[in-house]
Amino acid sequence: MQLAPAVTDLESLKDHSSLARLLSWNAAGVQGAKFDRGELTIWVDRASIREACVLLRDDAACAFNFLSDVTCVDWYPAEPRFEVVYHLLSIPNKERVRLKVRLNSGSPAIESLTPVWPGANYFEREVFDLFGIRFNGHPYLRRMLMPEDWEGHPLRKDYPVEGYR
Amino acid sequence: MILNMGPQHPSTHGVLRVLLEIDGENVVRIMPDIGFLHTGIEKTCEAKFYQQVVPLTDRIDYLCPMTNNLCYVLAVEKLLGLEIPPKAQWLRVLLNELTRINSHLVWLGTHAMDIGAMTVFLYCFREREEILRMFEMVSGQRMMTSYFRVGGIALEPPLGFFDRVRDFAGYFPEKVDEYENLLTGNPIWLMRTKGVATITKEDAIALGASGPTMRGSGVDFDLRRDMPYTSYEKFQFKVPVAQEGDVFARYACRVAELRESIGIVRQALDGMPEGPIKADAPKVVLPDRERMKTEMEALIYHFKIITEGFAVPAGEVYQAVESPRGEMGYYVVSDGTAKPYRVHMRAACLANLQTLPTMCEGRLLADVVAAIGSIDIVLGEIDR
Repeated sequence: MQLAPAVTDLESLKDHSSLARLLSWNAAGVQGAKFDRGELTIWVDRASIREACVLLRDDAACAFNFLSDVTCVDWYPAEPRFEVVYHLLSIPNKERVRLKVRLNSGSPAIESLTPVWPGANYFEREVFDLFGIRFNGHPYLRRMLMPEDWEGHPLRKDYPVEGYR
Repeated sequence: MILNMGPQHPSTHGVLRVLLEIDGENVVRIMPDIGFLHTGIEKTCEAKFYQQVVPLTDRIDYLCPMTNNLCYVLAVEKLLGLEIPPKAQWLRVLLNELTRINSHLVWLGTHAMDIGAMTVFLYCFREREEILRMFEMVSGQRMMTSYFRVGGIALEPPLGFFDRVRDFAGYFPEKVDEYENLLTGNPIWLMRTKGVATITKEDAIALGASGPTMRGSGVDFDLRRDMPYTSYEKFQFKVPVAQEGDVFARYACRVAELRESIGIVRQALDGMPEGPIKADAPKVVLPDRERMKTEMEALIYHFKIITEGFAVPAGEVYQAVESPRGEMGYYVVSDGTAKPYRVHMRAACLANLQTLPTMCEGRLLADVVAAIGSIDIVLGEIDR
């Protein structure tokens, strides 16, 4: 089976309600979009991620009421280095969307989603622990999987697979 | 008073440490502390070829290895754009439902034992043993099966396997009646579970709970029915939902799922199509041993796959399946090479564990044990 090429043109993706809603709200906050292998990805500006999530959650047509997952990808040595990835699920519409936020390597920080979905708590702690990304407004941003006194963030690409010895 | 429960405690189902602030018998605050089983599987995956990741996925959630295998191979197949032959899909459904029964039996046995019903444990493990023997028949392993491959199934199931499953599917519903006879009407069981550790529908969704933890609170959502994968849309089954949101509701959902799962197993046996069990993709799927001995090309492909792996077109997918515990998701990012750039597992238990404070704060200490059992946690999946 041949893979269909990814669609990245914002105009032709407008029939996806989530993207249309975000564009009509704040077109400058949407940095790009991609439809590939049946999955929609939207790049959102760092400053507007929390409002974007509130919007998608509360909009009657989109109704992305469930936060499936929060994770991160490290594109070291490229800049912007980190991509924080949010997977939202709409239980009424049975639909998924992926939001991404690009972060520079300097001192990566982003607003926490815990006021929107309290369930973001553990996912964000895990990303903080393994990637070193700060979530502003998180109620308890401590290491979760690694020991408290661990140095470094193991899932970063410049961290060796065998660890430091 | 601050009390430590675990990490070595019989009712925490692994190495979970729970910090409890208690006032007499009442729980004021509860804080789960995890990470004792962290092995860095996500980091290890980045150093392996795509096909070498399959055995790692078993070790995440050791009670449902096949579901992990399935979720990972589906993600990679989606990246590759592979078509899987119907027989392989039916076998995957069959084995997945057996895995669900296996996992629910362990949950039921240990959960009942936590609350004080010792006998149920012995009954459940009797049937679980039979399922583990079937797994051994197909894969040679009882628990770490690693039976699924990118592009299909490792081997044809051996002679006699389907008869054995049919036998099991025949007598298993009676065994579920036996468990229910021991528990469902039992006054002690009802007192320990009804109205205990309740969570509302809104809280369950906001906290990211999924699977029976969510369906016990009245959310009618099951990925197998609502976002079908690996031809689940061709099977008939009901999704059990309960409204109360207490320990008993979650118990009732899972027991009903046992019956539905065995129904799916029976349908898979009856409708098992004929045909190949591997996709027609020589660059990805290992050739048969027999063909390797006679065909030069097969030998070359075998050598290339083993030594260099297979390249996967750049891209990313998020594949979710309904594991016995809820939404299990694999997020796989490819940069076009033979090793995954990033593999992330969305652990259903990690999100489900977050519901524990909502369920337990302000309630009795003894209910914490019932609550932990009722969300069915597996620490291997939480810590990865």
